[in-house]
Amino acid sequence: MSTIKFTKDHEWIRVEGDVATVGISDYAQQQLGDVVFVELPEIGRNVVAGKEAAVVESVKAASEVYAPVAGDVVEVNEALADDPALVNRDPMGEGWFVKLRIENQSDLDDLMDEAAYKEYCEGLH
Amino acid sequence: MVPFAGYDMPVQYPLGILKEHLHTRAAAGLFDVSHMGQVRLIGEGAAAALETLVPGDVQALGQGRMRYSLFTNEQGGILDDLMITNMGDHLFLVVNASCKEADIAHLRRHIGDRIAVEYLGERALLALQGPQAAEVLARFVPEAATMKFMSAIEADFRGVAVLITRSGYTGEDGYEISMPDVLADTVARLLLAEAEVEAIGLGARDSLRLEAGLCLYGHDIDTTTTPVEAGLNWVIGKRRRAEGGFPGADVILGQLADGTARRRVGIRPDGRAPAREHAPITDASGAPIGEVTSGGFGPSVNGPVAMGYVATPAAAPGTPVNLMVRGKAIPARVAEMPFVAQRYYRG
Repeated sequence: MSTIKFTKDHEWIRVEGDVATVGISDYAQQQLGDVVFVELPEIGRNVVAGKEAAVVESVKAASEVYAPVAGDVVEVNEALADDPALVNRDPMGEGWFVKLRIENQSDLDDLMDEAAYKEYCEGLH
Repeated sequence: MVPFAGYDMPVQYPLGILKEHLHTRAAAGLFDVSHMGQVRLIGEGAAAALETLVPGDVQALGQGRMRYSLFTNEQGGILDDLMITNMGDHLFLVVNASCKEADIAHLRRHIGDRIAVEYLGERALLALQGPQAAEVLARFVPEAATMKFMSAIEADFRGVAVLITRSGYTGEDGYEISMPDVLADTVARLLLAEAEVEAIGLGARDSLRLEAGLCLYGHDIDTTTTPVEAGLNWVIGKRRRAEGGFPGADVILGQLADGTARRRVGIRPDGRAPAREHAPITDASGAPIGEVTSGGFGPSVNGPVAMGYVATPAAAPGTPVNLMVRGKAIPARVAEMPFVAQRYYRG
């Protein structure tokens, strides 16, 4: 059983046990436009909740991707190196960025569920 | 939409920057460039008067012909870049949106006593660019098909009196069409109704001109760069090199003779990571030698491209350099420009 949560910066996180997969939302990929490069962290790096975990470059500009929770990077999506457009095509699936081993499950309490995130995005227009 | 030089400008239309860019290279893209300044210089001796402010040979410009030029300052820096067209009874100028007020004040201050400087604030400007631009425009204005690159005609576009130049800023064949602003919507909709034409925003305009190796004012050229540093020697007419008589001529002619300490160059980063404006450029040993002035992803190149200034010893194509991106050194190479072959219509 997995749960998906969202940040106000448009990252999503899917938790399975103590490992979480992180990516950017469909809303975020639409705002960014065509993604042409993704800079991923090294495996083993410790990331801090709310701080930079990756960088996504679209044709328009470079944008930071923030870690929704603190943890160690256990895996990165190597497929993005050859095909960064996966982020546009399948942001919530094949276009994931990193997997983190979660330090504090309580970090998740600060995040929005899908319904709350949807409402949040609608409020941005 | 983003604010730009006092205008709300579309960065992209629903197609998105990447597809808009590729569409322009493959078919035809329509750009609203009405934010650019359109100016008429009217009066006897307008060409000679304008030559006191630009290094180009304006007097040699035949009727219906146009030329790229630069307003320079006393230090040899660039105040703006512009297009100058000889319309017979007047000169027609197109200047940058962000500089137009300063340009007009500059013209009035220096040559306004001899000629009339008329700002055409109620005219719009559309650019139709791409390999199918000629075929599309000829359906409305048949004589456009045989216009030479860098020439101008006055024509009738379905009842709208337009000024058409065969020019643009994408590296592709194409046109700029000047018309009264109240009729621009009609002309734009007629062109957009053609199957080959898509609306193109500022984002693709920037990536197209970067791939074409063309300077963007305020980025690749400004008051701190000279035409010689920018590699724009070709805008300085032969007669003007001999005679001088334009602002900063002593500096610029001195640089033509003796060279400059830095040069604008093209740069191809290895790998996929784009380097953007202000990324520092270092040599192989890590010593700083310059800065990126325009950079991003080139959709037609299908990779990152950049231009910037480097110390002259590093300016030769093929020279290995590093671009500092988020604190990391990205290996790159000085490259020939344009990055994509220009396809202007030479007749």
